Amino acid sequence: MMEADSATAIVIRTSGEMAPVSYLSCDHSVRSWLLTTDHKRIAILYLWTLVLFFAIGSVAAAVMRLELLTPQGDLVTSETYNKLFTIHGTVMVWFFLIPSIPTVLGNFLLPMMLGARDVAFPKLNLLSWYLFICGGALALWSLIHGGVDTGWTFYTPYSTTYANSHVISMAAGIFVAGFSSILTGLNFIVTTHKMRAPGLTWFRLPIFVWSLYATSLILVLATPVLAITLALMSVERLWGIGIFDPKLGGDPVLFQHLFWFYSHPAVYVMILPGMGVITELITCFSRKRLFGYAWVACSSMAIAILGFLVWGHHLFVSSQSIYAGMVFSILSFIVAVPSGIKVFNWTATLYKGSITFQTPMLYALGFIGLFTIGGLTGLFLASLAVDVHVTDTYFIVAHFHYIMVGGMVMAFMGGLHFWWPKITGRLYPEFLGKMAAIITFIGFNLTFFPQFLMGYLGMPRRYHAYPPEFQVFHVLSTAGASILGVGYLLPLLYFLWSLKHGRAAGPNPWRATGLEWQTDSPPPKHNFRQTPVVTGPPYQYRAEEDEDLRIANI
Amino acid sequence: MDKFHLFPPEASASAHQVDWLYFGLTAMLIFFCAVVFVPVIFFCIRYRRESTADRSNPPEGNNLLECGWTLFPLLVGLGFFVWGAALYYHIERPPRNALQVQVVAKQWMWKLQHAEGKKEINELHVPLGRNVELTMASQDVIHSFFIPAFRVKQDVVPGKYTTEWFHPTKLGEFHLFCAEYCGTNHSKMIGRVVVMEPADYARWLTTGETGRSVAFEGRRLFHEKGCSGCHVGSSVVHAPPLEGLYGKQVPLASGEIVTADDQYIRDSILLPGKQISAGYANVMPSFTGHITEAEIMQIIAYLKSTGNQPQEKN
Repeated sequence: MMEADSATAIVIRTSGEMAPVSYLSCDHSVRSWLLTTDHKRIAILYLWTLVLFFAIGSVAAAVMRLELLTPQGDLVTSETYNKLFTIHGTVMVWFFLIPSIPTVLGNFLLPMMLGARDVAFPKLNLLSWYLFICGGALALWSLIHGGVDTGWTFYTPYSTTYANSHVISMAAGIFVAGFSSILTGLNFIVTTHKMRAPGLTWFRLPIFVWSLYATSLILVLATPVLAITLALMSVERLWGIGIFDPKLGGDPVLFQHLFWFYSHPAVYVMILPGMGVITELITCFSRKRLFGYAWVACSSMAIAILGFLVWGHHLFVSSQSIYAGMVFSILSFIVAVPSGIKVFNWTATLYKGSITFQTPMLYALGFIGLFTIGGLTGLFLASLAVDVHVTDTYFIVAHFHYIMVGGMVMAFMGGLHFWWPKITGRLYPEFLGKMAAIITFIGFNLTFFPQFLMGYLGMPRRYHAYPPEFQVFHVLSTAGASILGVGYLLPLLYFLWSLKHGRAAGPNPWRATGLEWQTDSPPPKHNFRQTPVVTGPPYQYRAEEDEDLRIANI
Repeated sequence: MDKFHLFPPEASASAHQVDWLYFGLTAMLIFFCAVVFVPVIFFCIRYRRESTADRSNPPEGNNLLECGWTLFPLLVGLGFFVWGAALYYHIERPPRNALQVQVVAKQWMWKLQHAEGKKEINELHVPLGRNVELTMASQDVIHSFFIPAFRVKQDVVPGKYTTEWFHPTKLGEFHLFCAEYCGTNHSKMIGRVVVMEPADYARWLTTGETGRSVAFEGRRLFHEKGCSGCHVGSSVVHAPPLEGLYGKQVPLASGEIVTADDQYIRDSILLPGKQISAGYANVMPSFTGHITEAEIMQIIAYLKSTGNQPQEKN
């Protein structure tokens, strides 16, 4: 395809100059990878690590779905089942979803989108990965030595006094991985403030950068609270110092306040970067400037701030004061508004576009559908009286999977397809890509939509065995999960295949306008041959200019 | 109970109201999905690259539109907030004159006792058309008392009392689930709620092993555990007399004034140093480990019966 003649950036290329060696081929030794401070290589290290954790979390989910095919708990014991959903939750939340887009796409793209050579603190960036590996190793150690059965929420006093499993090592793993989050967030904030190319003002930043910035603020401000909470839990479990267990004079609901003070903002860590990715995809594949740029940018910040004020909506039936419940309910209705603003602006962006349906766009459209349903069902849960009935049922399970899998994982896959040519210099097979996107969408809905229905019927979550009337829904859900599995395995296979056999991508196969597309694919070690100078706003796409392509196609 | 449904039975007065709110929210979901999906699909068809639709003067933004799709969803959301909060207020606050049932949760069973003394495990029998209030305590971890057919759920938290109430409107058997993960056999901590005709319920209360009323048991314990040694008017030990205390305002040594409710009495038995009555020394030993949650509930019922409340029959 042709290169974009974008007005966004001027990259001066001196003709006749030797093309610099790409970041992938400058050094092939293992040492050069393990000691790299190149943000692009660190992104690849994270990608492999996350694929591993995603596989572990998926296998746990698969065994659970198999178990739930029949109402009797007959495939694994209750104890094993409880460990499986704990593995699935902890691994997917802390070792896949939270780091997913920020550490892979964020690390790779943030400096390139800013026109910089690297992040502000490259060594700190590598340290973040090692901390993540250490945390992950501790978590794996606790899994191999028998697992944890507290659920990913570690509710006290079960986790501190009653659970007979490896709670401390798992908590330590999450504690250490938390520092990786904090350092990555810090790095991104400083990079965005200090490393922007000449002319790249705040309101010329791609929305992906805005969303990473908002995410980083949450990581830096909320993660320490999780660290404190896990530390307090461990102190009580190890030495019997009463903090949460009422038998020791503690308050078990205090734990829930502390835990959700982190974990609700963390939900936004799991969706904001996805929203950023979707904005990049929608604009590129509709050849349109983003509708309402300032509103979309500021709504990311609004979500980051309001997200800190709604934690109590997890505690509506916990014995929290009913008046506190009302305050958290109204704030939860308000936090939905900025998400709505984004969805409406994406929709308006399509108007008068020149839309094509390559794989990343299919993921983006799937994201809009699933995220909209996930977000609106969130309002059911913000609504106090309905939440009393559906909290701790499969309705909740369905809701947050629509946000996290339907939202974040769809966005991650869309982004990975979009930037794969930039990251590897190779094109993936487009037809298989489209198939995978469609299979994922169908499999996802079949897995999780029945869970809304059985949730309202009263099927509690975290049940190893269940009354037979719910079986129909569980069978549908398990069938959907197997389709979903195909949707994830397929890209793994053709991405690996494309590394060797994919067609060369060229610098800008999508004719996209971001700075990252103004350099080679894969990029040279220092990203740009010369520092780009930015002269205009982002997303300078012009749908009218596709006229010639239209005629050519007809 | 085990038949396939697409929608849960409505068996309490509030179930119907919760369902209306749910339908209202579902209508809102369909409305906003239509508002997003219809234009997305329409634009994807009309502005696919191959089409020759007019693309001149594409808009880059429209602040009026932005304000519209900020304020309209906000107002709709606030409307649903008020609806949900009003109903929640109703669901969470038990009415007076409800039948009292005490619930003690432990890994992994529900132990219940009716005010008249009848005990049951993992089953709750209630009469049709009467308000029923559960006072719940946990002996170990957090549990949650969930009756889907009544649309009620309340966590049962160790260290404090929580309450849940409902007004059954349909005869039959309904699921009782523990909804808060509580350990290995969490999914086996289930039972059933049986709604009976009031006459059948009255008969049921007197059949089998009925025992004495909860308040009567409480009076026995009040003497057996030694409470009466200090806490009656004639005692030589300087301790606050407890007869008639329930529901009254108690001035504390700290200057605070608290109401002598279930929680206050429970804390005074297990953590006597937490709230000292004004004018008394902190001399009472803690009964932690010497008394069960069920026994404390019986003593509270006894103290309640010595107050202004109508005397319960023995």
